[in-house]
Formats: sequence, structure tokens, C-alpha cells
Amino acid sequence: MADLEIKNLHARVADGEKQILKGLNLTVNRGEIHALMGPNGSGKSTLANVIMGNPQLEVTEGQILWKGEDITELDPDVRARKGLFMAFQYPVAIPGVTIVKYLRMVLNAHREERGESEIKLKDFRQLVQGEMERVNVPKEFGSRYLNDGFSGGEKKRLEMLQLALQRPEVAILDETDSGLDVDALNIVSQAVNAVKAESELGALIITHYQRILHLIKPDRVSILVDGRIVKEGGPELVEQIETEGYKAIRAEAEALGADVSTVA
Amino acid sequence: MPTPPETTGSLLNEEESSLVDLNADYTAKYGFHDAENYLYKAPKGINREIVEKISEFKQEPQWMRDFRLKALDYFLAREQPTWGSPMLAEVDYDDIHYFVRASERSERSWDDVPEDVKKTFDRLGIPEAERKFLSGVGAQYESEVVYHQVNEELEKQGVIFTDMDTALREHPELVREYFATVIPPNDNKLAALNSAVWSGGSFVYVPPGVHVEMPLQAYFRINTENMGQFERTIILADEGSYVHYVEGCTAPTYSSSSLHSAVVELIAKPGARIRYTTVQNWSNNVFNLVTKRAIAEKDATVEWVDCNLGSKLTMKYPAVYLMGERAHGEVLSIAFAGNGQHQDAGAKIVHAAPNTTSNIFAKSISKDGGRSSYRGLLEVGKGAYGSKSKVVCDALLLDDKSRTDTWPTIRIDEDQVDIGHEATVSKVGDEQLFYLQSHGIDEEEAAKLIVNGFIEPIVKELPMEYAVEMNRLIELQMEGSIG
Repeated sequence: MADLEIKNLHARVADGEKQILKGLNLTVNRGEIHALMGPNGSGKSTLANVIMGNPQLEVTEGQILWKGEDITELDPDVRARKGLFMAFQYPVAIPGVTIVKYLRMVLNAHREERGESEIKLKDFRQLVQGEMERVNVPKEFGSRYLNDGFSGGEKKRLEMLQLALQRPEVAILDETDSGLDVDALNIVSQAVNAVKAESELGALIITHYQRILHLIKPDRVSILVDGRIVKEGGPELVEQIETEGYKAIRAEAEALGADVSTVA
Repeated sequence: MPTPPETTGSLLNEEESSLVDLNADYTAKYGFHDAENYLYKAPKGINREIVEKISEFKQEPQWMRDFRLKALDYFLAREQPTWGSPMLAEVDYDDIHYFVRASERSERSWDDVPEDVKKTFDRLGIPEAERKFLSGVGAQYESEVVYHQVNEELEKQGVIFTDMDTALREHPELVREYFATVIPPNDNKLAALNSAVWSGGSFVYVPPGVHVEMPLQAYFRINTENMGQFERTIILADEGSYVHYVEGCTAPTYSSSSLHSAVVELIAKPGARIRYTTVQNWSNNVFNLVTKRAIAEKDATVEWVDCNLGSKLTMKYPAVYLMGERAHGEVLSIAFAGNGQHQDAGAKIVHAAPNTTSNIFAKSISKDGGRSSYRGLLEVGKGAYGSKSKVVCDALLLDDKSRTDTWPTIRIDEDQVDIGHEATVSKVGDEQLFYLQSHGIDEEEAAKLIVNGFIEPIVKELPMEYAVEMNRLIELQMEGSIG
């Protein structure tokens, strides 16, 4: 049984007409890096948001299974406390809420789920400061407001700080690499690799580009076109896309009935 | 002006406070009432006889008695205002007790305060706060102040902090010189009413150059059903002095209405600074119709920090008249309107001298069909060149049945000015909720967090103890509001 299993998933924007995911199958296991690539508009971010339970999207058919349990209808916070995590492509600002206040609430929510008492202030401080150093987030950021007034790169580092603190079993990185310079990309990659090494993280890395996959080595690669997985393979698939572009998988996608007009 | 959060590097220290457990609702915490062992309770309704009786009880000088009677004429002659809120039509002036005396006099020791009344203030935590962090306390119960005390050191420096009735007896010239000079009795119908039947309130005088470091606090408590409370406050800050005055208020939960109608006058002499903080938490049967106005002379600063949580209807627009060059005025406000409530709050700033500056920063939250309005007036007179002002109004709606309105009026008669105005209305964003939930925080906690964040820039202007209380009150208001 896979840790996270997506079965025949169909989804659209809530109350919308247009189907975005059209029978998607995918698995992610702990300790495994699964890369998901695909052209613009193929449904990558939709998949990430549906897995996390974004109420703005609606599952019309199929299932999301967590260790065999159907979580398709669960609230996002319940999924998170089970060990699922999503690093946002565009982290949302919460003005007036300091990062430390927020992080403490998050940690305590997870602790409560595990039947543990609230984290002691001293332990919390130590833990957060330690992880802040690792992901290169300045200590002073702690008293600033969540995702408010930070640069794109800083926000992504804050997402990684949360990854390191929450220690999920499976994380989805929704184009975490987009808009990052080389240094920031290195920090993000190191954080993922470190958490993976320390706590057997499984990750679904959604990306347009190959460069993050040179820093975080994928075990498996899936290509998403028009709402379904059209090709699966190993790391060699990354190289193939890199040299030939998505047109390399055009024929296979077409054979599966995908609309390939988005594939150059 | 609210500044960005400090980056002191003092990670986490300030965070403990907002995680306080909440275990009581308004009725349990503030909505209780005591048995009535009163020395005097006027029958309902207002007339010449009642006004004369109040003056007689207080053994006032003739000028005050005349002032009251004249004001009564103004009150009777004026129509009930029709602007503001349709709820205003529900105020029944004949169904109110205008004067209730619970105690012989204002005491300087809690031990001398009648037992029931003392217990009430104990329950509200006033004596404890006094010991911990205040320079002085006044406690008003019904019509009159039952306890008043000020730090000895301050008294030695010449600071006066007493109830208005005592001030009229002990400092008659000072009171007469300033009384009703900022808000004349015929200013509006409610100010006229207050002028006729006023009782209690604080009188504060801070001598030149004296800085009162810890706040002075007044607490106003209504106990009786259909009570009218009409305190009268003057704060006079002499040249270069500083004082921070804080007021809080609560009342029992009754099914019929009470009326609270205060008049507050602030005078900041050259170079003085007055900060006046209100945490209004009346029960939802109280009409809260208050006139607050300040004069800031040359280089003086007046700041109103005004938090309105309770009441049925609040109409309150703290004003600052900037009368001297480089004077500065500021109004920071939070309004929270829940089911059946209308918070019609705002601000008024008048720039009447050159190079004066002002900020208005108003935040409102509406939920469960509540209604909040910002009603503001910014005026820059001819000759007030070089004036600068910034008005920011942010409204947050928690659901589709609640309502918010903004009426910002700006009148400018001078060319060389710099005026900015911004208004935003937002709903608790689905994206914000999803972000917080996707990290493990449940929906109700997530909504609370967003609301607390929304008011944070103003809450952090409050003294720490009140900030804690404010966050608790907001969380209380938020209980069960989602899902």
C-alpha cells in the first residue's frame, strides 16, 4: 500500500465547468522523491491543491488515499495533521500575525494530534532557532508578520522552515523552485535533502525546470499532460525532457487521448 | 502612527499572552448584577425637577445649576438626530433612570466602599490592576464615582486626579475655567443631555513638565436596569506634560435598554501630550452615545485609542482640534460589530494652524449580521498650510450577512497640504484560511488568527495588560462564529 495514492482523480474548480484533472493516477511513498513535470496548464498546481484539500477545487470522481484511508473529503487541517504537507507556490500573507506566533500554533496543533502537551517556550525557541539557521532564515524574521513584505526567495525559505519544523511524512513542493536564484535554490534543496535523510520524507516535487532535480535526485519521474499522467520513468526522463522538450512525449500523450495543443 | 513590528530579536517573549484559555462568556464575566441597596434612585424620565435634584444632592454652586437647566432647555428643544443609525429612533428618554446614588461619597480606600460595590470591582479586577500597573484609579458605579485614588508621588508633584463632583468642590476655579469650553452644552442633543444631568467622570490636571509614567484608569460600571450614565471628564495637560488615561466599561446583560452618554474634553497645552485609551465593552443592551473632543495647542499631541466591542449602538467620533502650530492629532480605532450591534464610529480632525499633522487609522470587523461604519471628517482650514494628514480605514467582513460602510468626508480650504486617504474592505480570505489550515490549524482557530492579525497594529498600541484583554475579548466574540 502506498503512503499517498491518487486514484482516477477528476477535479475542477468548485462550481466550474472545465475539468482540469481527468483521471489521474499517482503514488508517493515515504523516503522517495517523485518528480512531476508537465507543460503550463497541464494541472500540476491543481493536483497539489486538490491533494491538500483546497476548498476552491472540487473532486468529481476518484479518490485520494492516505495509507489506504480515503481522505478525499477531509478538511485540509486534518490532512496536515496526518502528515501531509504542501509548500505553496505563492505563500499567502497573514498581516499582523508574527511568524513565531504562527509556528507555535502549528507545532502545537500537530502535538495535540499526537496526544502531546504544548511545547515549552524554551524548547520551542531552541527548535525554531536551530531550524532557522539551517534554512538561512534570519532570527529577526520571527517577529515579522507571516509572508508579509518578504521577497519571493525569502517566502520560499519560510516554506522550507515550516517543512523542517513540521516533519511531514509526505510533502508536495508546488513549484518551489520558480523564481529562485541559485543560492536560494541550493538552500531549498539542502533543506529537502536534510529532512529526507533525517525523517524519511517522501516528496512530490512539481516543477517546470530540471535544475532543482539536479539538486534533489528523483527516484521516479511522471509527466502530466492535460490532466493525466502520460509517461512515467526514472531520472533519465528528466534528461530527455531537458534535451527534447515535452514534444518528446507528445505521441504517447496523444495515444492516451490527451489534448496536446499545449505541448510545443 | 502604527509602525512596523519591532525587530528586537526578542524572539517569542510577547507571544504567551494571546494563548490564554477562555472559559467564560460575557454574561458570566461581566453580565452579572448586584442587589440594589441604593441611597437614592430617581424615578424614570427627565424633567426640571430631576435636574434640580441632582444639583441639590451635589450641593453645587449656582453657576453649575444654571448651566444644567440651560442645557436641559437645549436638550428638550433639539430633535433626536436622524443620521447615524436607524437604531437611534429606539432610544426612549422617558424609560431611563437619570440619577442613582449607590454610596455617600467617593472613597480613597477600597475598604470604605460599600461591600457589594467593592465585590463587583474586585470581580472586574480593578483593585488588582491598580496595585500592578496604574498610577491612579477612579471607579464609577451608576451615577457616581465610589472610589478614587492617585499615587502619592504624583499628588506631591501637583497632579490632580479625582472625580468631577469632587473637583467642582475642591478646585472650583479650575473647573469653571475649562468646563464645557471644548464641547459647549448645545453642541448636540446628547451633549446637551449630558450637560443637564452629568454626574461623575474624572478630572485630571497635570502640571507643567510632569510626566505621568503609568496610566491613570477609570472604570465605568452600570448595574441597574434602564440606567442612564452621564459621566463628564476633563483632562488638562499643562505645558510639556504627559498623561495616559485609560477607561474601561461593562454592564449587566438586561433585555431592556440602558443609555451611556458621556462628554469628554481634553486640553493639551503647548508641548503637552495626552493619550486617551478606551476599551468599551458594554453589554448589548446599552446605547453608547458619546461626545469626545480635544484641543491641541502649539506642539501638543493628542491621541485617541478607541476600541469598541460591546453596546447595542455606539455613535462616537473622537475629535482633535489642532489649534497651534505643529500640533499633532491621532485617532486609532477598532470596532467590532456582532449580531444585533451597530458600531458607528469614526474620527474628526480639524487642522486650524500651520504645519499641523494627523493620522486616522480605523479598523472594523463585522460578523453575524453586525454592522460597522466609519464616519470621519477631516478639515483643513484656510491658513493651515503645510498640514499633513493620513486617513486609513480597513474593514473586515466575516460573513455575507454582515455589513460595513465608510463615510470619509474631507474638506480642505488650503492649497499647500498633503492629504492621503485609503479605504479597504476585505473578507476573511479563503486563501488565508486554506494556507493556515493546510499547515494543521483548524478553521475556527485560523479565522481567529486572521482577525487578531487584522487588529494587531492597533492592539499593540495598548498597554500590555489591555492588549491581552483585548485579544481575549476578540476571541470571545469569535467563538463559534465559523462553520
